[in-house]
Amino acid sequence: MPLSASEAQESAAPCISVDRVSRSFGKRTVLDQVSLEVGKGEIFGLLGPSGSGKTTLVRLITGLDVPDGGTVKLLGEPMPRLNLLARIGYMAQSDALYGELTAQENLSFFASLYGMKGTRLTKRIQETAELVKLSGDLGKQVALFSGGMKRRLSLAVALMHEPEVLVLDEPTVGIDPVLRKSIWQELDGLRKNGVTIIVTTHVMDEADKCDRLAMIRDGRVIAAGSPDELKSASGSATMEDAFVAYGGGVQ
Amino acid sequence: MRIHALAIRIVRQIVKDKRTLALMLIAPLFVLTLMKFVLDGQSVNPRVGTVGLPQQFVAALASDEVDITAYEDEASGRLALEQADIDALVSLRDGQPQVLLEGSSPTKNRSVMSALQGALEPFIPAELKPSVEFLHGSGELNIFDYYGSVLVGFFSFFFVFLIAGVSFLRERTTGTLARLLATPLQRWEIVVGYLLGFGLFTLLQATLIAWYATGVLGIALEGTLYMVLVMNLLLAIAALTLGTLLSAYAQNEFQIFQFIPLIIIPQIFFAGLIELDTMPEWLQALGHILPLYYGSDALRDIMLRGAGWSEVWPDALALVCFSLVFAALNIFALRKHRRI
Repeated sequence: MPLSASEAQESAAPCISVDRVSRSFGKRTVLDQVSLEVGKGEIFGLLGPSGSGKTTLVRLITGLDVPDGGTVKLLGEPMPRLNLLARIGYMAQSDALYGELTAQENLSFFASLYGMKGTRLTKRIQETAELVKLSGDLGKQVALFSGGMKRRLSLAVALMHEPEVLVLDEPTVGIDPVLRKSIWQELDGLRKNGVTIIVTTHVMDEADKCDRLAMIRDGRVIAAGSPDELKSASGSATMEDAFVAYGGGVQ
Repeated sequence: MRIHALAIRIVRQIVKDKRTLALMLIAPLFVLTLMKFVLDGQSVNPRVGTVGLPQQFVAALASDEVDITAYEDEASGRLALEQADIDALVSLRDGQPQVLLEGSSPTKNRSVMSALQGALEPFIPAELKPSVEFLHGSGELNIFDYYGSVLVGFFSFFFVFLIAGVSFLRERTTGTLARLLATPLQRWEIVVGYLLGFGLFTLLQATLIAWYATGVLGIALEGTLYMVLVMNLLLAIAALTLGTLLSAYAQNEFQIFQFIPLIIIPQIFFAGLIELDTMPEWLQALGHILPLYYGSDALRDIMLRGAGWSEVWPDALALVCFSLVFAALNIFALRKHRRI
């Protein structure tokens, strides 16, 4: 039996710790004193409407951006640090693929940036393609892919180098319900292998699938905890009601 | 290793994008060919009207590829000139030859005058005749040779600038740049990878243009083809680094094209198509901060004057410096997307 989320959390120092992080662009404050901790082997959700600062937070965690105040630590080391980037898999909101190339060429290009080559590379391409159900389409040009296929390939790119931490920005946007379910099953499987996963979403029912989550609104964490904790503490039956109860709804 | 992967990816992308490949390789040849026909077509025989000229002079003029029409009197000749049937009217007044030019086209003015000079030559006493020799080109260099030597460099510069700029911009707008920066790839590795990947095609392009211009179109080549190739390549690399640098300041493809009137067109003025010596000094100084100025200066020296390394090394050095500065600035500009 794999460790449950809470046990895993106790067994190690936090995998990701965000401490009083602020970030503003010009006069607009996008993140305001955000703190959160993600344990190893957890699926951690960042829930909030678009424009709430999720993507900015994710960019700080992956080292693409630097906070104005506060610190971000990943696997015990302060970010941004180049050698840590090899241990993160990042899937951005946009698909970020090369349309002229085939799926296989995209996978092998990104993987080689992590130093993968030879048989390990070929083997991983088969494995990840299998995982996202694209095995039959590896030779196809990505420009001919449907939106859902691109999303899956984008996920596969993030998984190629077997990262310890997976940062997924809205991974299931534009994906049909059946596939969405299978992606969540995959995430669950990765978690069981000890991968820590951060997922941003604005879909409330997806939040239920996370071990723990933080509700974000206007650059602030308005609540954090497991889905059940959040629901019972706010006396709500659904995630949506809980979000509104914590002040996340339209005022 | 990582740079290698990046370069290979760029090569693959360009090879699959046939139109871009064609723009880079075929378009310069097409425009050069067109240019040759346009410029060669300019040497039309001048049309000269004559009134009461001595027979031997008319004969000398006629042999010099001039279309001659004789008029009864000056008034009918003038009328023909006003209706632009002829380009000049030559008459005698008090035994002195008199030339009336139509005057609206500088090219025609010049060809009339040079024809008249040629026709007058037999009448100059032998002891007054200057002996004319050519330091370069033995007098057969025409206008296409002169412009061609500049245009060979310009087209390399222009098309590479455009394609490299748009490619790098797309990397940003499609989000693949962010993804590249989420890997342990260093910022300088991205810039060098681009240089290598595109460098291959610029080498191909430079070779093709240099061979086509001299071998097929027959632009004068006093120096070696190898020197033309080297300078063309250096110029293309300057264009490559400048294009990728400037793409950081464009939000979309349309804004890349807005750089053409700002960055490309002014460089043409300083590339030697227009005599620089007539410009005010501060304007001449401006030319010295533009890569194309050095590139075309060197190409002209090589192609028209047969210059080698010993003459053009300062130009080559300038181009290398431009490329290094542009690349360094680009590495710095990428800080906007990732601090480390």
